[in-house]
Amino acid sequence: MATKYMDAELVGKRMSSRVRKNAGWKGLFFASTLFGLIVLAVLLVRIFTQGIEYINIDFLKNHLSTDASRAGIMGAILGTAWLMVVVIPVTMVIGVGTAIYLELYAKKGKLQSFIATNISNLAGVPSIVYGLLGLTLFVRALEFGNVILAGGLTLALLVLPIVIVAAQEALRAVPGSLSEASYGMGATKWQTVRRIILPAALPGILTGAILALSRAIGETAPLTVLGIPALLIPFPEGIFDTFTALPMQIYYWTIDASLVAEYANLAAATIIVLLVLLFLLNSIAILIRNKFQQRY
Amino acid sequence: MAADNKNRTSVSEMIEQQKRKRKFFNQLERMIPGLLLIIASISVLTTIGIIYTLFAESVAFFRNVPILDFFTGTVLKPLSQNPEFGVLPLLNGTIISTVIAMLVAGPIGMMSAIYLSEYAPDNVRRVIKPLLEILAGVPTIVYGFFAFTFVTPLLRMIFPSIEATNILSPGIIMGVMIIPMIASLSEDAMSSVPNSMREGALALGSTKLETTFKVVIPAALSGIIASFVLGISRAIGETMIVAIASGSSKNFSFDITGSMQTMTAYIVEVAGGEAAAGTTIYYSLYAVALTLFVFTLIMNLLAKYISRKFREEY
Repeated sequence: MATKYMDAELVGKRMSSRVRKNAGWKGLFFASTLFGLIVLAVLLVRIFTQGIEYINIDFLKNHLSTDASRAGIMGAILGTAWLMVVVIPVTMVIGVGTAIYLELYAKKGKLQSFIATNISNLAGVPSIVYGLLGLTLFVRALEFGNVILAGGLTLALLVLPIVIVAAQEALRAVPGSLSEASYGMGATKWQTVRRIILPAALPGILTGAILALSRAIGETAPLTVLGIPALLIPFPEGIFDTFTALPMQIYYWTIDASLVAEYANLAAATIIVLLVLLFLLNSIAILIRNKFQQRY
Repeated sequence: MAADNKNRTSVSEMIEQQKRKRKFFNQLERMIPGLLLIIASISVLTTIGIIYTLFAESVAFFRNVPILDFFTGTVLKPLSQNPEFGVLPLLNGTIISTVIAMLVAGPIGMMSAIYLSEYAPDNVRRVIKPLLEILAGVPTIVYGFFAFTFVTPLLRMIFPSIEATNILSPGIIMGVMIIPMIASLSEDAMSSVPNSMREGALALGSTKLETTFKVVIPAALSGIIASFVLGISRAIGETMIVAIASGSSKNFSFDITGSMQTMTAYIVEVAGGEAAAGTTIYYSLYAVALTLFVFTLIMNLLAKYISRKFREEY
């Protein structure tokens, strides 16, 4: 009895349906990929058409007002800027310092893996929980009140894992031959780190830091917990002033849109400002990455 | 002779100076690891700070409200004369919004990943991936605004019975927000399946679809499941979309066309309402946040465990 290996006829008959199935699913896969992009496009078009006519010099430089036609977002812009004044130095020092320790100084062992695990778990903690930490620690226990310093430190802790991981990757990408050459010239470890490894890793670190910064700028939930006032407050002039920020302004205008319909348009206009700011930051990050990307 | 003498002292002085300088640098060199360790420990202190505050204030809450009542209570009336603090309505809202989000993000993110990893030509992938990253970079407050002012009215045109604040619309938009995360993590998992396996299947006469479903996906399953679990964790912790678009009804219901409150939205509402420190309602913030924290932590650890334990090594 001859063994029947393959029924050529049967296979041939099923072939066309299998090929058609493949083509059909491919279309479905492509459509799914487009779905997200279409929603993004609708979102952007909708927000721009809704808010663009509200954007003018007065809107950008005016104080907040309950009168929708006179309301401006200068206070929110300044608040966001002051927040960054706190977030940038804190995250850079702590983030880069931690990355240097983990990558270059720590011995491979329990302590190092404990810190690394801890950081990756921190990255998964919901942002609102950081808000409660900020409320308890900075606003109440240290008695800062709901000022820029408290908000900035809360946001800094929130984005710290992003900076650490980016800086670690940047440091790891510096080839060992560079530091070996430095040691060979008689440099000490810290001299090598400061003069050779850090400068070589700087573009990567900056890119990560800017991405973390853009996350911090758009973050709303922790600020809502800190009790940022929605009322008319003077422009902040230092880190111990109360403040509002762009995302907080969007939040208050959105939830109040049921009272005054025009607030929704003001929220859309503020979103445009926020998105343009984020777009600029991300462009800078990409520029840095492309310009300083060195291949060793 | 005198000049000679002078010279000699200056040389020994230079040596002394050099020694002092080196001593300073040696000290610095020895201090640096310690300083860096202190800096690195700040992230550990953050974790301790989060866990300590959540536990300490929750203990104060559970002194007023029995722990069993909190976890089994179906009534949440924090502001009434006889306040009741049952967390189940919030858990219910969180779970339902997460399920809706995952029904959107799971299939669509997964199919996007298949397209990008298996079907897309290189130039298409180079365009689409950064665009998906933009989707992931949009602040959640913007999604919340979009859900509230665009998606909900759109849904109400189709289904007039939907309320102005409902859990369906933020759930869907949360799903859209999570698509890029699932797509990119699943794609990473699928791309790391070695090409030799695909080529083996194709050489045996499989179509691309059969190769994908019978070879690539099973091989990448641990990474794909991990991406889903991380997506769930993200949905549980998402705050602004639900805080804006889902209202603050604390009813224990399963009606997705109505308003529901998630744990995160409750925290925003109560904290934003300037709850006075020391009141039971203030402490309830921490009990809810602790529940939230435990849930997301379990999800994150689970994702890590799955991707480590069930990883196929090639």
